[in-house]
Amino acid sequence: MGKILMKGNEAIALAAIKGGVDAFYGYPITPQNEVPEYLSKHMIENGKVFVQAESEVASINMVYGAAGAGVRVMTSSSSPGIALMQEGISYIAGAELPCVIVSVMRGGPGLGNIQPAQGDYYQATRGGGNGDYNLIVYAPESIQETIDVMKSAFDTADYYRNPVMVLVDGLIGQMMEAVDFDRPVEKRDLSLKDWATNGKKNHPGKRNIANSLHLGAEILEDHNKNLKKKYDRIKENEVKYEMINMDNPDYTIVAYGTMARVCRSAIKQLKKKGIEVGMIRPIALWPYPKKAFDEIPSTCKGIMCVEMSMGQMLDDVQISNRGRFDVAFYGRYAGVVPEPEEIVDAIENFEEWRVE
Amino acid sequence: MAEKTIKVAGFGGQGVMMFGKLLAYAATKEDRYSLWFPSYGPETRGGTANCAVIVSDEVINSPVFRNASHTVVFNLPSLEKFNDRVEDDSLLLYNASLIEKEVKNDKALVVGVPCNKIANDLGNPKVLNMVMLGAYLALTKLFSADVIETVLKEYLGDSKAGMLDVNKQAIKAGMDFIEDAGISYA
Repeated sequence: MGKILMKGNEAIALAAIKGGVDAFYGYPITPQNEVPEYLSKHMIENGKVFVQAESEVASINMVYGAAGAGVRVMTSSSSPGIALMQEGISYIAGAELPCVIVSVMRGGPGLGNIQPAQGDYYQATRGGGNGDYNLIVYAPESIQETIDVMKSAFDTADYYRNPVMVLVDGLIGQMMEAVDFDRPVEKRDLSLKDWATNGKKNHPGKRNIANSLHLGAEILEDHNKNLKKKYDRIKENEVKYEMINMDNPDYTIVAYGTMARVCRSAIKQLKKKGIEVGMIRPIALWPYPKKAFDEIPSTCKGIMCVEMSMGQMLDDVQISNRGRFDVAFYGRYAGVVPEPEEIVDAIENFEEWRVE
Repeated sequence: MAEKTIKVAGFGGQGVMMFGKLLAYAATKEDRYSLWFPSYGPETRGGTANCAVIVSDEVINSPVFRNASHTVVFNLPSLEKFNDRVEDDSLLLYNASLIEKEVKNDKALVVGVPCNKIANDLGNPKVLNMVMLGAYLALTKLFSADVIETVLKEYLGDSKAGMLDVNKQAIKAGMDFIEDAGISYA
C-alpha cells in the first residue's frame, strides 16, 4: 500500500477495519466525527455493522450487547460523550467483555470546547464509572502509532476480555500525516470465545450469561478477586513506554501523546543551549510505567511533567517518583496546545514550576 | 532541507485548506515528511480559517510551532494575526487584491500578489488560491510544478477533473507574476 497522507480520525477508522472490527456503534461529536463518517461508508461495503445510535448511552449499551455476543466491537467519542458512556463501560468491564473505545479528547469540563486537550486522563485511567475496574489505556503520539495501536487493540481486548481505550487528543484526530497501514503488529494467541452469548448451537449444553450483577457479597467479592488477578496480570505484562535521551539527563520530562511530540522538539532546542533533557513517554497510561522511573540516573536534577491539563498524570508521576527527585509541572489546558518554546522556558525556570 | 513551517490563512472559501493540503500531498509524493493541521474551531465559520503545514526531510516532532518559515495570508485579519509570528529571513506572501495597505515586516521578505485580480482575469475567481500557490512555488522552489500538478490531479479526482486546466493555468499565472516582477527568495 505504501505511505499515504491521511487524517488521524480516518486512519483510526481504517486501522479498526484492519484490526478486524465487526461492528461500530456511536453518536457524532467533534473532534472525532471523521471516525464514524469513514466507517459509515466502509463498514457497510465490507459487510459489517455500522449504527449511528440515538445517544452515547445507547451506543455503549449496543457495544455491551455486541461484545457479549462475541463480535469485535468498538465505539468512538470525545470527552463529554465518553462521560455519558461511563455507566456502560463499567458494566462491560464488570461483565468481562472485550471492546475498543476511542476517546478523542477536547477541552473541558462540561461541554468545554472542541480544541485538543488532555483533561480526561483521570476519566480514562481512574475509571469514570463505578466500582473496582480498569481499562487498558493507550495514548499514541502520532497517527502512525495510533494505527499500530488500533490494529492490535482488538486482540488485546479479546485476550484479556477487557475494554481497551485508545486515548488521543483532537490534534491527532484532525491532523494529516503520511502513514503506513502494513506495519506488522503483535498478534496474540486467542482462544475461542466459548463464553459468548451467541446461541446454544455454538456452545451446546452450556448456558452463557453476560452480566455484571452479583447480589451476594461473597460472590461479588470472588468475582472482583478474579478481576484483580487479571488486572495484576495486565500490570505485569502490558506496561508500554519509550525512554528518550535518558543516558545522563539534567532533567527528565514525562509526557504522553501530542504533548510528548512537542516535548521532543523542546528537547532538541534545549540541547542546543547545552541542557540535556530526557523523556519518559508512557505509551500505555494504564498500566502506568512506574518501573521506568527507577531508571532515571541519580544525577538528574528533577522531573518535569508536561500535560495539556491542569496536572492529572502528575499524580502517577509523583507516585512513581516516590519522592526521589524534585517534581515540577507545566501545563496548558482548555484547548491550548503549548509550543516547544514554552517547554524550553519551563525547564530553564524549573524552580518556578516546582510542585510540592 | 531544514524543516519548513508554513502558515496559510484567509477566510473560509478562499481555498486555504486546499493550498496547505497540496503541499502535504506533494511532500508525501516525494517521500518527504509532512504534517497538515487545520484550525477547526468556531473561527472557521465565516471568520478566518487557517492551517499549518510542516515539510521536512526528517521525522517531524512538534505539530505546533511558534514562528513560520513561510507565511501566506489571503486577507487583512490573517495578516494582522500572523505578521508577528514569522522566523528570521522568512517569506511573507500576501494577497494584494484584498490587502491594500503597505505591509511591513522586518524579519521576512514581503511579497504582494494580486490573487483575486489574476484569477478574475483567468475567468475563474475561485482559483485565487492556486495563483498564490504558483507564486509560492516560484519563490520557495519547495516542490516542482510537475509534482504539484500530479497531486492536484489526484486531489480534484474524477468529479472535478474539469477544473484541472484552469487550476494549472492559475498556478502558471502565479509563477509568471513572480518571474515578471523579478523577485527571488533565498
